[in-house]
Amino acid sequence: MLELDDIQHFLIARPPALAARYEFLSFAGAVGARAWLAGILAKVGTAQTVESSQLDSRWVTVAFTWNGLRAIGLDHASLLTFPEEFRQGMAARANILGATGANHPGNWIGGMANPNLHAIVVLFAKNVEERGRCTREHQEYLLRCTGVEVLSSLDLEALPPYSYAHEHFGYRDRLSQPVIEGTGMEATPGSGPAIKAGEFFLGYPDEEGEPAALPQPAILSRNGSYLAYVRLQEHVGAFRDFLRQNGETQEQQELVAAKLMGRWRSGAPLVLVPNKDDPELGADSRRTNDFAYADKDPYGYACPLGSHIRRMNPRDTATNVNRRKMIRRGGTYGPPLPEGAPEDGKERGIAAFIGCASLVRQFEFAMNVWANDPSFHELGNERDPFVGTQDGTYDMTIPHRPIRKKITGLPAFTTVRGGAYFFLPGIKALRYLALLSDGL
Amino acid sequence: MATQARQQREPAQSQAGTATVQDDWTTPRAMAIPKEGYFKLEQGRYGPVYPKSPACYGFTIIARTKPGAEKIIREYGKTIERSLQGSPDLLAPLKLHYLRWVLFDIGKDKYFMYQGIFDTDFDKYTEDAIALFAAAGLNTVFENLEGFPEDWKTNPPAFVKFVREHQCPSFLEYGEYPFVSAGEIKKALKLKAAFSKMLDQMQ
Repeated sequence: MLELDDIQHFLIARPPALAARYEFLSFAGAVGARAWLAGILAKVGTAQTVESSQLDSRWVTVAFTWNGLRAIGLDHASLLTFPEEFRQGMAARANILGATGANHPGNWIGGMANPNLHAIVVLFAKNVEERGRCTREHQEYLLRCTGVEVLSSLDLEALPPYSYAHEHFGYRDRLSQPVIEGTGMEATPGSGPAIKAGEFFLGYPDEEGEPAALPQPAILSRNGSYLAYVRLQEHVGAFRDFLRQNGETQEQQELVAAKLMGRWRSGAPLVLVPNKDDPELGADSRRTNDFAYADKDPYGYACPLGSHIRRMNPRDTATNVNRRKMIRRGGTYGPPLPEGAPEDGKERGIAAFIGCASLVRQFEFAMNVWANDPSFHELGNERDPFVGTQDGTYDMTIPHRPIRKKITGLPAFTTVRGGAYFFLPGIKALRYLALLSDGL
Repeated sequence: MATQARQQREPAQSQAGTATVQDDWTTPRAMAIPKEGYFKLEQGRYGPVYPKSPACYGFTIIARTKPGAEKIIREYGKTIERSLQGSPDLLAPLKLHYLRWVLFDIGKDKYFMYQGIFDTDFDKYTEDAIALFAAAGLNTVFENLEGFPEDWKTNPPAFVKFVREHQCPSFLEYGEYPFVSAGEIKKALKLKAAFSKMLDQMQ
């Protein structure tokens, strides 16, 4: 059984939040850091409490970088038991992830590439007012703490209309999430079987069996997860320009948008409705994931081989996929760009966390191979149109009978503005960290 | 085709430091490779990324066998042969062109050489390869090699470390039809067969 009273709620329960705030913290000293953690610990939500309470209006999550674990006083021997990719951090592994050119850590903002980035507090709030109240409360709390500094922060809000989750390009979001064994969640048709908890939470059997080489001591790693944080700016003006350049009519533009994603912006998958959008299907969670590729669309005539959803979840056209599953959390930030308005130069995008038990096997694989391998599915010169590194030299092939359409020189619709690797400890592990002493 | 040429030039430029055209499969090519196995250090998820050569990707692992293991390893050759007869797609995820397994003597010791030529960067699909090795029972061979990690199945980094420590990079690779993938060759042969059939039907 999953210890839901010890696992932070973040990767299991999705609270009904319309606003969020991420605060990135730096610790000047271990004693102050531990005092801060001890004081905030009671506010951190567990999977159990978040699922059972309808009354909460804010949900708090705390996670640490490897430098942060060192700064809070974790001993050297324990620090070395964490995997190499986490110890190095995202900025050091940017090339592996494709964060080059404009996406390079040298251009990141908010101190994300700063080795003094030690922790993050994620606040999900029911609404903007509640976020304001909690932010002020945390600011007042920080004034009473010694040596805990806010490096930067990011406010996030859901985009209207609030009836469904979507991002700035207009695509419906949160359509495909793995179901974790032992949580009681029911898999929607086509989502595949529940995935072993050890793929997301340390200390449990994973898809290969008993976990190996977990960070020590066990109390620190048990019920913990790794988070890859990415702040991805979305260039909405450039995206809309691209659609206009590649489609004369509104209908044609919608089809191009769908071909890039693999779904219509309504969420309806191209495999099921290749020629015309079906918003009702897109909104129906029982049907919108109920498809595969190998038999129904092997050549990508409906859903291009290089489209976003076919790369990031190849379903039955890749091996070993149960070891590549990840849980995505996060939201949108920045003001929406009204339809028809020119690009206003304001930053807007997605600031998301990828939760997993192995950054190198799950997150880094997805970015290195599925998103950025130009030869994925033998495409030759393509990368993921949204999360792959685009510099105007890659293409997008849209298979079509009798002749395919090839869009050459795909522009960058997104830019990585920051990122970091965090360890999301269980509640007992947070307590363990808060009670460390310098002698240890 | 112009875009394909552009993409395929990139690795050669970054790895070899010379602007060479890789898209011409009609011109045989050779590539001399530095001692390290790469032209320019580029970190992958598990270590340096090795370049694609005119003979595609590949590795050559040479390791001493455990005493008395020769018979088990040789027997396993037959197992692979039988397995492939039953499941021709067994090794498909590895995107192989060829495998060559060799046993040879150095002094009194018996050594095993695993040489594989394939189309994907091993660093990219390491875990898939390990999962496949487990599914196909290839561990029978690897576990009979000295120094192979006992916890390889749950510890991909240890498996990769073994492979990298025992890899002997080529210093010359040659391709009669350079850089062409097995998939492209199979497509060309399918097209040839289809055209032949079409011509037959027109008689």
